[in-house]
Amino acid sequence: MADRIFVYIDHHLGEAVVASWEALYAASTIAASMSSGVTALVVGDGVRSLAEEAIAHGASAAVVRESPSLKDFRPELYADVVSGVLKESRPEVLVLPTTGRTRELGAMVAVDLDTGVTPDAIALEVEESAVVATRPIYAGKLLTKEVSRTRRPQIVMVRSRAFPRPTPDTARKGPVDVAAVTPGASATEVLGYRASDGGVSLTDASVIVSGGRGVSNNGRLTPPPEITDEKQQEIWRAHQGFELIRQMASVLGAAVGASRAAVDAGYIPYSNQVGQTGKVVAPDLYIACGISGAIQHLAGMRTSKTIVAINKDPEAPIFKLARFGIVGDLYEIVPALTEAFRTQLGK
Amino acid sequence: MNIVVCVKQTPDTAATVTVENGKVTWGDAPLVLNPWDEFAVEQSLRIKEAHGGKVTVISLGLEGAREALKQALAMGCDEAILLQDPSFAAADTLVASAALAAALRKLDPLDLALFGRTSVDSDTGVTAAQVARRLGWPSLTLVAAVVAVDPQGRTIEVERMLEEGRQQVRAQLPAVVSVVKEIGEPRYPSFMGIRKASKAEIPTWSAADMGLQAPSPAVTWPALIAPPRVNTHCEMISADSPGEAAAQLVQRLMEEKVL
Amino acid sequence: MEFRISDEQEMVVRMVRDFGQKEVLPIIREWDRRQEMAPQILPRMAELGILGICVPERYGGQGFDYLTLGLVCEELEAVDSTLRVVMSVHMGLNSLALLQWGTEAQRQAFLIPQARGEKIAGFGLTEPGVGSDVAAMASTARRQGEDYLLNGEKMWISLATKAHHILWFARTDLGSAGDPHDGISAFLLETDRPGVTRGDIHGKLGVRAGSTGWVHCQDVRLPAANRLGEEGEGFRIAMSCLDNGRYTVAAGATGLIRASLDASLRYANERRAFGRSISGFQLIQQKLAVMVQSYEAARLLYLRAGWMKNAGLRNTRETSLAKWYATDASFAAASEAIQIHGAYGYSDEYDVERYLRNSRGAMIYEGTSEIHQLMQAGYALGTRKDAQLRCELPAYDPTYWRAPGSAPAGRRTT
Repeated sequence: MADRIFVYIDHHLGEAVVASWEALYAASTIAASMSSGVTALVVGDGVRSLAEEAIAHGASAAVVRESPSLKDFRPELYADVVSGVLKESRPEVLVLPTTGRTRELGAMVAVDLDTGVTPDAIALEVEESAVVATRPIYAGKLLTKEVSRTRRPQIVMVRSRAFPRPTPDTARKGPVDVAAVTPGASATEVLGYRASDGGVSLTDASVIVSGGRGVSNNGRLTPPPEITDEKQQEIWRAHQGFELIRQMASVLGAAVGASRAAVDAGYIPYSNQVGQTGKVVAPDLYIACGISGAIQHLAGMRTSKTIVAINKDPEAPIFKLARFGIVGDLYEIVPALTEAFRTQLGK
Repeated sequence: MNIVVCVKQTPDTAATVTVENGKVTWGDAPLVLNPWDEFAVEQSLRIKEAHGGKVTVISLGLEGAREALKQALAMGCDEAILLQDPSFAAADTLVASAALAAALRKLDPLDLALFGRTSVDSDTGVTAAQVARRLGWPSLTLVAAVVAVDPQGRTIEVERMLEEGRQQVRAQLPAVVSVVKEIGEPRYPSFMGIRKASKAEIPTWSAADMGLQAPSPAVTWPALIAPPRVNTHCEMISADSPGEAAAQLVQRLMEEKVL
Repeated sequence: MEFRISDEQEMVVRMVRDFGQKEVLPIIREWDRRQEMAPQILPRMAELGILGICVPERYGGQGFDYLTLGLVCEELEAVDSTLRVVMSVHMGLNSLALLQWGTEAQRQAFLIPQARGEKIAGFGLTEPGVGSDVAAMASTARRQGEDYLLNGEKMWISLATKAHHILWFARTDLGSAGDPHDGISAFLLETDRPGVTRGDIHGKLGVRAGSTGWVHCQDVRLPAANRLGEEGEGFRIAMSCLDNGRYTVAAGATGLIRASLDASLRYANERRAFGRSISGFQLIQQKLAVMVQSYEAARLLYLRAGWMKNAGLRNTRETSLAKWYATDASFAAASEAIQIHGAYGYSDEYDVERYLRNSRGAMIYEGTSEIHQLMQAGYALGTRKDAQLRCELPAYDPTYWRAPGSAPAGRRTT
């Protein structure tokens, strides 16, 4: 008998996204109360190996549907296939990670099967055989519980990093049902891919990594011999510090900001100075590096949900404002954090 | 080109939103045109300016939604329609997409239906794709750039923003497009536009007017939670080495769902 | 009596507020420090139609009423006074004078390009030696056949180096007999005429992100067709211009009070001392309450003046009252706002010190607070009466303002 919980494994051109394994984990948390195993659903071209990866990450079985015309993600075709599989197997729940692709996919499958779809779930619980999802609304100012009480399947998309990634066990085995499909014609053609354009704008960044006066504070750095002016040497050191900050920002997809003190000292252009936030987003996370916090007026910091402060001085006022703090040399802490973020985010 | 842009009226993003008597409330903060929809209106106007035609703005809402429609008219849309019906109350995206699709069918023949990527209140980001599915039109969500529109050849070429980078797609018209901020800054309403908008007659279409039997919603919302205010008690992370401290901090950030 | 602005006016307010917040606020501190006007300000205000807001459409304007002009000025000054100064000289003092006193030909030649923002307009009344004592002005305009020859210097002229057209006042009656008030005439001066030189003045306490300067005329030849109104009418014209300039100053100062209030509320809610938010301290609350009171009063005063302009009623007294009240109150509000901000208020990190510096000028220009007090006492005592003018500012008529067309306008009483 088919499992009652299916998990869609999202991938980009055959490479699974990490969030798919988090979705598997999320599914496993409700599988017990539903007395069910979890079947991974993989759609694409040449994606058989994803089935095995899914089982290693906790799926009990996998279904693979392949066609050359499914190499690029096109929502209409993928939805046709997924809806077809669900109509046949009739699971209670379909779990997906929330990505740009799966939002479309989940949306369309919900229309095909006349059921609800809940994206960005940060928690799942089971109540009387229905999956109740918790998701943020109003830019995270509120949370709502959402449930599809009577319609089946229930389609739930879990938010990235809301659930942990299970440790893969390559010794795990399970049945894999592979079949070719022939999707219909599509009115869409994927022409290609290219890397995204440059940095994140400060005005609507959800994460900001910011540097203050402290970024120039590194006696161990030796400026090049041609820079003889003390002030220029200070600025050169500051540039090294901001480079570390830029690297962290890059890993986090964050904007680079600066305190007024850093701008006034000539370390970084005025355009990086943290100011008003944009209309649509307020920063979720503000990482303040070498900022004393004696200046509470940093507008971006004020509206940030979480502030992390890194400063050499344990008495720095910023630690009163921050949610998390590390006392230490930013020249050591920032690169260490960048590495830790890189590992966590799988980049 | 015959273009429709679908908009929503939402509370201002700066508003303090809380739960009172089990309902969401924003006090007397103003209701505005969903900021993402401003980008959609802007893109609609740019396409019209490039290729000629007409832009109709529609919204599923209550009487107050007329303000959002007027804002869109003031930006330069030609006509506005309010979709309103008792069966649209407590709408989930299934109901909303059915209503919007019905309106689009009634406005057919069309070339494009534009949406903002999501609304700042319910923030599901699925309505555009659902409307496309109902109409059988291509769905192009998260569009960061419209590369080309060929009204004669009936195609549109766009760049979509995926997590991995940009995807270049060409689709046949008519199509549904949802846009992200990178598409370009929305214009201000012009003064002439403001004048026209304040005088505009905005008709209301009910479900019956659109020949629609609204589906019943699939999703319900059993509870609303206001997350507790985190008091700024700083948690200091200390460890023997920078690497350990960093790992600890990242773990805490994950636990607190900050990242 | 309806104490409500229309939906249309709400939308205009929102649009101007958005423009200020998005395009000016992020850069204003930088330009204020540089003591220069950001180059994109005038072109953007022109492009958006703000420079023609209350001029009839047939004269290139946007066709809104005088109340809307006030509302727009309130929004502009809440961001920075320099934006409102543009409106004061370009619209209040110059363009509305053309609407009130100009011939059809003058409106075609000057008002239309000004309202469209194609030309920037200024006002040349004040001289190095002449401020409040307008009648003592030294600039001359000597009649020579069909022309006038202008000589003289004007100082403290907003947009001196940016304006294409300046409404220039000079003595045409050069004899010593006769009341000096009757010897002045008004001229529409194009600043590219030979003999016109201009320069910027730096080192002002406030309005630093603006453009203030001097204009000098050396034997500048001007056709008689460029004279605004009749010979000898200049003083009365200048005073009527001030009715409109002062109105924009009053509205702007109201916006400045609001800006001080908003900044103070924000800061009071964030700053903590003695274990609690300073917003809980009564002396802070008192300051906030006084700001609210002065904002509401200032607003009602300028809106009333705007309403009277709409109705075609003479409003010299009401406008003077609004300007005097709002400007004094905006200085007091900014000063208290700095106090609430403590040491941070003393730094240009926050906006409130800029509000204080900007507000101080408005107590001096467009009639010092002292002049206004004399005017108000004069009205109250009956020693001052407003004589009817040969040309009054036309009442706002939406049909006329919003129709394209070439019919002549304005109510002439002779």
